[in-house]
Formats: sequence, structure tokens, C-alpha cells
Amino acid sequence: MSAQPQIAEAAGGSNVAPARTLGGVILSVEDVSLSFGGVNALAEVSFDVREHEIRAIIGPNGAGKSSMLNVMNGFYQPQRGIIRFGGREFHGMKPHEAARMGIGRTFQSIALFRGMTVLDNIMTGRNLKMRGNLLQELLWLKGARREEAEHRRAVEEIIDFLEIPHVRRTPVGQLPYGLQKRVELARALAMEPTLLLLDEPMAGMNLEEKQDMCRFVLEVNDHYGTTIVLIEHDMGVVMDISDRVVVLDYGRKIADGTPDQVRGNQTVIDAYLGVAH
Amino acid sequence: MVENLSGLDTFPKLLAHHAKVRGERPAIREKDLGIWQTWSWKQFADEVRVLACGLAEQGLKRNDHMALVGDNRPRLYAALCAAQCLGAVPVPMYQDAVAAEMAFPIQNADIGHALAEDQEQVDKLLEILPRCPTLEHIYYDDTRGLHKYVQPQLMSYDRLREIGAARYRRDPAFLESEIAKGSGDDPAAMFFTSGTTATPKGVVLTHRALIDRARAAAEMEGLGDHDVALAYLPPAWIGQNIFSYAQPLVTGYCICCPESAETVITDMREIGPTYYFAPPRVLEALLTQVSIRMEDAGRAKRAMYDYFMGVARRVGGAILEGGRVNGADRLRYALGDLLVYGPLRNTLGMSRVRVAYTAGEAIGPDLFKFYRSIGINLKQLYGSTETSVFVCVQPNGQVKPDTVGPPVRGVELKFTAQRELLIRSPGLFKEYYKNAQATAEVKDREGWFHTGDAGYFDSDGHLKIIDRVKDVGKLNDGTLFAPKYLENKLKFFPYIKEAVTFGNGRDWVCAFINIDMEAVGNWAEKRKLAYTGYVDLASRDEVYELVGQCVEQVNADLAADPELAGSQIHRFLILHKELEADDEELTRTRKVRRGFIAEKYAPLVAALYEGERSVHVDAQVRYEDGRTGSISADLQVRDAKTFAPRAAQRAA
Repeated sequence: MSAQPQIAEAAGGSNVAPARTLGGVILSVEDVSLSFGGVNALAEVSFDVREHEIRAIIGPNGAGKSSMLNVMNGFYQPQRGIIRFGGREFHGMKPHEAARMGIGRTFQSIALFRGMTVLDNIMTGRNLKMRGNLLQELLWLKGARREEAEHRRAVEEIIDFLEIPHVRRTPVGQLPYGLQKRVELARALAMEPTLLLLDEPMAGMNLEEKQDMCRFVLEVNDHYGTTIVLIEHDMGVVMDISDRVVVLDYGRKIADGTPDQVRGNQTVIDAYLGVAH
Repeated sequence: MVENLSGLDTFPKLLAHHAKVRGERPAIREKDLGIWQTWSWKQFADEVRVLACGLAEQGLKRNDHMALVGDNRPRLYAALCAAQCLGAVPVPMYQDAVAAEMAFPIQNADIGHALAEDQEQVDKLLEILPRCPTLEHIYYDDTRGLHKYVQPQLMSYDRLREIGAARYRRDPAFLESEIAKGSGDDPAAMFFTSGTTATPKGVVLTHRALIDRARAAAEMEGLGDHDVALAYLPPAWIGQNIFSYAQPLVTGYCICCPESAETVITDMREIGPTYYFAPPRVLEALLTQVSIRMEDAGRAKRAMYDYFMGVARRVGGAILEGGRVNGADRLRYALGDLLVYGPLRNTLGMSRVRVAYTAGEAIGPDLFKFYRSIGINLKQLYGSTETSVFVCVQPNGQVKPDTVGPPVRGVELKFTAQRELLIRSPGLFKEYYKNAQATAEVKDREGWFHTGDAGYFDSDGHLKIIDRVKDVGKLNDGTLFAPKYLENKLKFFPYIKEAVTFGNGRDWVCAFINIDMEAVGNWAEKRKLAYTGYVDLASRDEVYELVGQCVEQVNADLAADPELAGSQIHRFLILHKELEADDEELTRTRKVRRGFIAEKYAPLVAALYEGERSVHVDAQVRYEDGRTGSISADLQVRDAKTFAPRAAQRAA
């Protein structure tokens, strides 16, 4: 217990520098609607994300959180509405366009190459950054070697940052779940995203793993200045680490604001706890 | 190689010498971002110079103390040397100590400057700051997570370097004159003893003492600048300082800092050290891993391993000693070397090891012989913080598992009537810091250091240590009771991790046992024995049977020794939790604190002696993050079979 007060003081007390400054809006979602057949997954949802902030999307099961994330990185094409990002306007972008524009993401169910090592998995995140052509790589020319070394260095920095050097050569399939989640975050970071979408990064983790993951999310945000949009079920986590929170229910936005504003919002409480009819 | 190092009576002077003589040779390596980065002697000396100038600019003066808190990193060793350049005294601290434990050394030595490795260590120092008003400067190496900290005491290592570089440009002659002012009789470093018995004491060691002992041992083993060692034990421990700082600076060999505690085994394989130190528990953990992996291997491999390990047990030691072995066995051993021992040494990262030491606690004869039998020149040594480590070392070719060898050059030994070992050596400490009384208690007028260890010389003049003098007690019938000797005998079984024995002033001997979770867990798995966790496993009847057999084996051995036959273990129980340093049951160097345990678990001790069959226990435990919780359990108490002295002799 004795360590707690000091950490709290260091993070939020008088001894602390002003919080990182939030920049302007870098992504905005305007009137987005998405339906699958007769099911309306999203209905006229609008919100924005500001530079350097941690933005959470929460809501009960089936509220449309993952759908929203999938729209943001081009997995789903919305029927209506637009997304503004990087000074451009999209009615629906392709996943590879999103990636090229600097949107990285992790998945709710881990999507790694299980037979490959941690290092190789993270290396795949550098794919978009690779400039050499097939011939150069095949002949292992000097340029290709130098490029490989540069990418390896970037990857090693991430390995160091996320504290996973001891499993560098371990096939991902052999790692515990919490570490696999961390590797997935590492791979997303490897593409040096400006906007990082995290789909339930703490789902299924034990308390210690959650605390670790929270720390890493905060440190990524702090160290690289990466803007983060995350979906999370654990309300404690969301309220602790996000700057602003969007609440969805049945595909509609029911609240938007700081954690404190959202916590006190009656509609949100009703959505989560249910209301007597 | 003979180098003229006369006149180089301090570590900073030695460093300057190496930077001149072997400037491009590697001094220290660190695995960073997956790649081994090398600092040459010249680079290391440059780093130290800049840092020393920075520290001087920040106000660090001659005879000040500076705390170093962190793992083995080149920058930590650079800071250590930088403080010495200015005539200040570095005080390395255990990086896994909780904050409260760090307060005493800082208060005791009025420490004003500290180097912390990272956020974790900075947080601890900030926590005790209100109690340590002298601490005005905290430098941190890894900036991660520290961007938002604005405490005025904090400064990054890089900023300190910048300040130092500016100072050096302004006043290049300053540092050299400071270094020249240093003399061999100045204190070189201060190490706080682990405090098994009382509050920690700061052991002050001079440059002369450390350099003399480092050199005596290096000459004995023929260490030179071609040697390589791995720096992986806590820098606050005197042994680590000798192996990773004093000896490299005396001989010019290179040390390697592993990437993290979890990667030591991989890193060691990559480096292939030639000079290696490991406390018995590390060697034991390695052997356990090997055994477990062999048990999972295919039948053919297992058969081959068993056969050749049998050959090694029989003749391996003798071959290493240069003893007489017949041709057929030599051939078998050579084949075994090709098929088993060589690959095994490689897996352990010990292919290139010329000299390996173990010390700190007694090593089991089987464990010791295992490493020697596969061709690793593992030797025991005896020493302590107060003696700059090297008192006795087993010389090549004269290695006996139950002794620690004859005295190293320069050391005089004698015994008191109570068999307490007294030492006089150039490596003796100067004093306990600000504690003249404690100094006078252990260091008499003629310069003899009273070790508190009981022992004797065997017929070859090798020292044999049995226990602490104060712990050697007597049973009510006058039988000699040497608790550590008994505990070690128990701990030599792989299933027993720790043992605590009681018997002084009692009618018979009883013991607490801590099972080894990994070994017993594996054993249980093989027998398809289901269990839910440590507490459950420790209370199983089957496990009690298993431990009971170990205890009986110890009793049978004791029965064969006329001196100790009376101290056989009559009753024992298996503890429901592991003894932990965080719960103050072990010291940071993992020695059991018998008195503390007896008090904390008084009802258990009572149950042992009152003949009860079971006992209930509630114990508080402290988790790594500092929170506390409690565990409760019902423990069984079992009787162990004892042997009449003669019957056992017949059986053996």
C-alpha cells in the first residue's frame, strides 16, 4: 500500500507538469449509419477525435462499438455519413488506405501468426514501411540489408518499450494470453501509426495484466504522442485512462464527454443497468 | 600477462591505465535493443570523466556518499567509478529492496546524490524522500515514464552528462588533479550487510583492500584481458562488485550486462563467459531445468543421457582433477563429451568457462559433482563483505566438495577455543561506518577479524566451515546441534527448497520444511496427483511421505557420524507458504532468519514439541506491490524415523 500515494502524487498531484496538450481534431465521424440487412448497427453517429487524446468508446453488448471501429479503419463501408481524416473526406475507405494514412489497430480476438516468433510478428507491422523491391531482397543487396537493419532497430525499440525482450524468439502460440495481447499492440505500433484503434485491449486479462496494459497504453500515448481510440468493457479502466468517452447504445450515441460527465449521465446509467418499464 | 601496475593504487588510476594500454579492447558490453553494444576501455574512461565532472558540478565532494540503485548497467558502473574519481564513496543498493529498506543507508551515510536506474527506483527514492532530507539529487538513467515528474531533485543522466561535458571544456585539468589526490587507503566503496541479525551495517572497504584481493585471486587463476564474465547478480553484493568491477579493473577483462533478468540464460549462451560465478541456488535451478527437460526427452535420448552421466559421475571428476583413469573409461568419457557433456555445457552457456566459483552458502555434494563431472571447473571459495571476498579458494586439482580450500596468498587464519575462525588479511574492511562499537566487536587490536563462523582445517590444510558459532547449540543431553548443517543436508534434496531446524535447549531436533514447487509439482504431475496450488500441494499426504523419506535419509546419514548422531530430526511439518525475503523470513541473500521465524510461527514450533498431530496457522504475507494479505491452513505434524547410531552404520 505504501507505494500508492506517491504514484498518485506523481501522476496527478501538485508535483506534476501540465498534462500533454491536446491538439485539434484529427478525425471526425459525421452522421455515420451502418446496417446489415435489417439490423441497424450504427445510426447517425457523430463524434470527433482530437490529436494526442485517449478516446474511449463504451456501451453494452451489441451497442455497435466494434462496428464503429471497423468503419473507422475501413473494414466496413457505412451506408451513410462521412469520415474526415488527415484533411480528406471518406464515404468509406479501404483498410489498406487507412493503414497507409497512419491508422493502426488491434483486434478483439488476437490476430497474430501463431507459428511465427514475436520478433517476426512485429516485423510484419513494418510491411508498409518497406521500400526495397523483391529483386533487391532476393539478392540481399546492400540497400536491402541496411533497410532490414533499420526496421529491426525500430522493432527492437518497441520490444524494449513494451518489455518483451525475453520472449523475442518465442513463437507467439506458446505465449500466455496477456503477452500475446502485448505483441499485438507491438505490431500495431511497428507501423508508427498516428491513430491507434484498440479493440478491447484488456478483455480476458487478469488484474495484473490489465494494470500492465493500462500502463503501456498510457506510455504509448505519452511517449509517441499517438492518438488512441479504444473500446473497453471494464469501466474502471476506461474512466481511469481516457480523456473523453463516447457512449453507444443500440447503435446510437447516447452520451459524449469527459469520464466524469459520462459517469453522471442518467441515460448512460440506465443503458448499463437497465430501467424499470 | 605481467603488467606493471605499481603506483596505481585506486580504481580511477587503474581505469586511466587500461584506457591507455588497451583503449580499443572491450571493457563492458550491454545487450541493448537485441544487440550487444560494446564500450571500449577508452569509451568507458571517457564516460566516467564526463560523469565525474557532472557530479562535481552538482556538488559531489570528497568523502561524500553516493547511492547507486539499479541492475548491472554500464552507466551504473561508470557512475561508481566517477564517484571514486572525486574521492566520494559509492554505496550500491539492492535494486529489489523495498523503499523502507533504502531509507537506513541513506540516513546513515547522509547520502546527497543517488543514481536510479529507472522509474521504479525513482519512485522508491521519492517515497522515502521526506525521511531523507539529505537526498538532494536523484539522477535517472531510463527516462521512460518520468517525463511528467517535476520534483526539483530529479535530473536525467543525459542532462548530467551535458553539465559534465561543459565543465570539462571549461576546466580540463580539474579531474586529473582530483584523481591524483586519491590514495589506496581512501574508502573505495561501502556495502551494507544484509542485516540477518540486526540493523544493516555499512562495510567500508578501501581501494587497497579491494585491489589486493582482486589481484591475489586473479593471479592465482591466471585471469587476463582475454577473459569475459557475465554481470548478472545484484551490484550491491560485494561478490558482484569484485567480479564486475574490481577484477576487470585489475586485469582488464571484459564484463557483459544481460538484457534483463529473464534473458540471462540466453545472453550467457551468446557471450560464452570464461570466468563465471554463481551462488548454489542458481546452479541448482539450472540443473533442475536440465533434469526436467531430460525427463521430457525421448527414450533413446534419455537412455544415452543416463548412461553417460553415469560414466561422468564415476570418472568425470578424476579426469578434471588430472587423476588416474584407465584407458577404456577415458574413451567412454571422450565419447560422452562428444554426445552429451559438450552439448550440455553449450546449452548452459558454459562451453568456454575456465574458472567457475560458487559461494554464499553450502553447496550440495551431488550438485557440485554434477558440474565438475561434465568438465566445468567449478570451485568453492570462502569470504565475506568484510574480507573483500577472497579468503580461501580451492586450487585447481585439489577440489574437495566439503571444504572451501586453503587460504589465498596473504591471508592468515586461526581458530579460537570455540572453533571460531579468525582472519587477518590485506583485504579486511576498514570499519563499519559510524559504528565504532560494532567494528571493535569483530576486529581486535592485532587486526584479527572474528568471522563468527565455526570450522576447522582438515588433514590437507583445507578450511571446513560447519555453521555460525552463535547458532551452534546443544540439545538438553549435551549433543552438538549445528542447525545450518542439518538444514543444508535437507536442502540438498531437490524437493526441499528451504528448511528451518530447532533444537537448541530442547530434547530433540524438529524441522520446518518448504517444498520446492517446481520439483514437487513435477513429481505430482508424473503421479497424476491433482492439486490446486502451493498450499494444497504442501498439505498432501503423498508429499508428506516424500519429504518424510528425505528426512529419514538425512537421519540415516547423521546416524553414521558419532558427533551428530544425536541431532537426528524427530518431527517435522511442511509450511503452507514459501519463506520470503519480503516477509522478512529470509535475508535479501536468501538466508533463513531462524530467530524471526521461530517467533513468527511460535504456535507451530510448540506443536512440534507438544506432540500434536495437526495445527492451524494464520499468516500474513506481503505481495510484491507492497500490499498484504493472509493465508490460513491446517498443517499436519509428522514423526520421522530415527536410527540408532550403530544400526545405521551397518545399513550404510
